Amino acid sequence: MPPLHAPDPEPLWREEVPIFEADERYVSRRQLTKFLTLTSLGMFIGNLWIAFRSWLHRAPSYPVCSVAQLDELPLGGVKIFQYPTRNDDCILVHRSDDEYVAYSQKCTHLSCAVYYERETDRLACPCHRGFFSARDGSVLQGPPPRPLPRVTLKRRGPELIALGIQPGKEA
Amino acid sequence: MSQKQQPERVRGLTAIDGAMALVVLLLIVQIWLLSATLETYLEGHQETALPAAIASGILFLACTGLYLYVEALDRRARKH
Repeated sequence: MPPLHAPDPEPLWREEVPIFEADERYVSRRQLTKFLTLTSLGMFIGNLWIAFRSWLHRAPSYPVCSVAQLDELPLGGVKIFQYPTRNDDCILVHRSDDEYVAYSQKCTHLSCAVYYERETDRLACPCHRGFFSARDGSVLQGPPPRPLPRVTLKRRGPELIALGIQPGKEA
Repeated sequence: MSQKQQPERVRGLTAIDGAMALVVLLLIVQIWLLSATLETYLEGHQETALPAAIASGILFLACTGLYLYVEALDRRARKH
């Protein structure tokens, strides 16, 4: 017996919603891939920016200036001075008879000013209890991610001369 | 489009998924590269910046290639 109604080639719901799920996924995935590619472009631009900044500052020039008189600091004494600009505080420490060291006073964690602890011969940051070695500026303890930048010093007659700043060396 | 063409489109989707996964992987490497370069730059080591920029550029080109592949797949699927 033949059917009363021939089956419809397409169900009614397909006529009313004529979008295939796969088609929709194609569009959204293509857009997502485009977005990811643009993000990749952003990362590339970021790296280019760092490379450009490195190229600009590849050979920083520092002023040569006197920071202290040798007889001004007793053994274990400390002097704060500004180098290379007036906004960059540095700390000079007289560690032993013949040894003077100077570092940037800004903690490499959140830029708090570090101070010298003579008893333990280390530089301490009071904000988050970070400690640096007074010998080489390396991180001994706490949250600082990097050693303190070191000021290069040279003796010239009765005074100490600052020649430049070196990035801190890992312990 | 008929239902007969659906399996082909689903196969295309699988290829697109694979390409997307690769793009995501490359992007993760690029993000790591950028953060590592920034960290070393802030430490005062500037010699890593140029090689890192070149590597990041290669990764970006790979991402662009994969995106063009996805576009081509999409265009081909639309023609059918």
